[in-house]
Amino acid sequence: MGVDRRKFLKLAGVSAALGLGGTAGFQLLKPGSLDAAERMPTPYQMVFPSEQGNSDVTPNPERLKGRRWGMLIDMRKLTPAKAQAAIEACNYYHNVPKIPGKQEIKWIWTAPYPNVFPETENRWADPDIKNAQFITMCNHCNNPPCVRVCPTKATFQREDGVVMMDMHRCIGCRFCMAGCPYGSRSFNFRDPRPFIKKEYPLYPTRTKGVVEKCTFCTERLAVGKLPYCSEASGGAMVFGDVDDAGSELRQLLRKRYSIRRKPNLGTDPQVYYLV
Amino acid sequence: MLEKALSGSKLYWTWLIALLVVVGAGFGAYLVQYNKGLMITGMSRDVSWGFYIAQFTFLVGVAASAVMLVLPYYLHHYKTFGRITILGEFLAIASVIMCILFITVDLGKPSRILNVMIHPTPNSILFWDMIVLNGYLIINLVAGWVTLESERKNVPPPGWIKFVIYLSIPWAVSIHTVTAFLYAGLPGRGFWLTAIMAPRFLASAFAAGPAVLILLGYLVKKLTRFDAGREAFETLAKIVCYAIILHIFFFLLEVFTVAYSAIPSHTSHLQYLYFGLHGHSMLVPWVWTALACGLTAIVLLVNPRTRQNPTILPIACVLVFICTWIDKGMAMISGGFVPNPLHEITEYSPTGLELMITIGVYAAGMLVLTILYKVALGVKAEEEAV
Ligand code: SF4
Ligand code: SF4
Repeated sequence: MGVDRRKFLKLAGVSAALGLGGTAGFQLLKPGSLDAAERMPTPYQMVFPSEQGNSDVTPNPERLKGRRWGMLIDMRKLTPAKAQAAIEACNYYHNVPKIPGKQEIKWIWTAPYPNVFPETENRWADPDIKNAQFITMCNHCNNPPCVRVCPTKATFQREDGVVMMDMHRCIGCRFCMAGCPYGSRSFNFRDPRPFIKKEYPLYPTRTKGVVEKCTFCTERLAVGKLPYCSEASGGAMVFGDVDDAGSELRQLLRKRYSIRRKPNLGTDPQVYYLV
Repeated sequence: MLEKALSGSKLYWTWLIALLVVVGAGFGAYLVQYNKGLMITGMSRDVSWGFYIAQFTFLVGVAASAVMLVLPYYLHHYKTFGRITILGEFLAIASVIMCILFITVDLGKPSRILNVMIHPTPNSILFWDMIVLNGYLIINLVAGWVTLESERKNVPPPGWIKFVIYLSIPWAVSIHTVTAFLYAGLPGRGFWLTAIMAPRFLASAFAAGPAVLILLGYLVKKLTRFDAGREAFETLAKIVCYAIILHIFFFLLEVFTVAYSAIPSHTSHLQYLYFGLHGHSMLVPWVWTALACGLTAIVLLVNPRTRQNPTILPIACVLVFICTWIDKGMAMISGGFVPNPLHEITEYSPTGLELMITIGVYAAGMLVLTILYKVALGVKAEEEAV
């Protein structure tokens, strides 16, 4: 993974200006060190072996490599059926329980336009957009408040931008839920296992008392596959590297107008909606 | 000195046993929660903090308010508070213990609580809250115990204790400021996203804490021969008076900013609390009661005739307590979470088990308070008998 000269100079300047110096600056100076860091398993990887069951430290050569992962949701392509397929895939492969009522668990779900984009809705917008059900999930914010508030680092951000949960470290204080401005997190108020209709044996189930959310399918990225929802969405959800100008995601973002949820909060969400 | 807690009247023992029974019931309810998870509470995906965290927030204030006695007494040598400063410090100890208990019962995985220390995370306000709370507990234990001990032995307190006592003054401010920061720095929660959160917390604390102390003072006077003295009560009453005025004033500042700017993500919360939103109005009668109690208390406390009246003062103090308790113990949390970030409304009310656990924690705090007060008053009585 190379950092081109211009990007390097820019980033080095910024990090120096911010007084980051230290590790961040060092990693930018020596791109190789980033690769080394990448090879280190995250606590999550150590705890959750990937789908193929290889828990060893050497990364899978097939894995998808990205500097900053993002998701693009094409609202012109997203039919209710496709949204449903994406949601079902995620729920099944991640053993997301179906708990009725207000203590439910939601990783990815749909909500109406005014709820997903409160205060930015436009009364006169194209009715196709206005009346559409938008997919909502964790935005894997570049500047995630949920990570900032977590007192145990159970919520953390990986080098590739994915915001993760360490279920074995979470104390269940629910500060991250108060911190997330998108309602993207769920808490296991009860033991979720009896509410999993059909268990998918290759992904761990959770216990009561911990918070969970969408993980951008890191277990899939690790073996070179796209997130389940993206795969099941029939092209309506495009996953890609937002730092790679050549990625399909970036090309689409260049061509079409996109919106993000509550961009004014400075969280820099990495889920983009093409409208 | 603790042996003073071991001898007492029949009333004393009945009271202790009654408290123990309530603590036991609360603990029983907690065991149910421990087994089943927080599903037994009224909390939800949208209102993810409830009664426990609200009580914690309220009691941090009561704990911090000890500074209202320590500061005049030690910094300004205001001798009148000499007899009751220890009661303030011991009230602070009991309050902080309740705070820690409330945080503990709120955790989804209480067995992992030490993770906060094993993986210290300076960017989390909760980490700092743990530090300041535990620090405050230790400071007050040391300061209270050492001064009382030397009082009993009739020797001047050791010189170094002065340092601890002075430290307790900014520390008291810090516990409530840090607690306010738990809420105040969160993006997307318009109700809490206000710089005046910490001062508002402090004002309501300096009203609630001394009000509780006045009530306790009356109670102690009735039950024992210990009298804090008329002047001490009067000064405390003045403190309560100014603080409750500030509390209401700060609230009005908030109302102006929110209402005049008319930003929906900020107005909707106040609208929900005071007028109801989209047909949901569970807290409306409560918040208006709080406001009415606060305003009535101001009238009673500003007027010297009513303030100095020994029957009216306790009533005013109860009103102050109701006002500040509803404000922090109920409205503060729901007001921040309703409506949720997707502008949906899920209301919150505690369940029976949740209330039982809450009452159990309060009983545990009262138990600690009773024992500490018994010791302190025992020492004072001994000293006076000599
Ligand atoms: S959407 Fe919420 S949970 Fe996801 S990274 Fe952003 S703040 Fe965290
Ligand atoms: S990225 Fe993966 S975890 Fe996230 S919503 Fe899609 S399928 Fe679920």
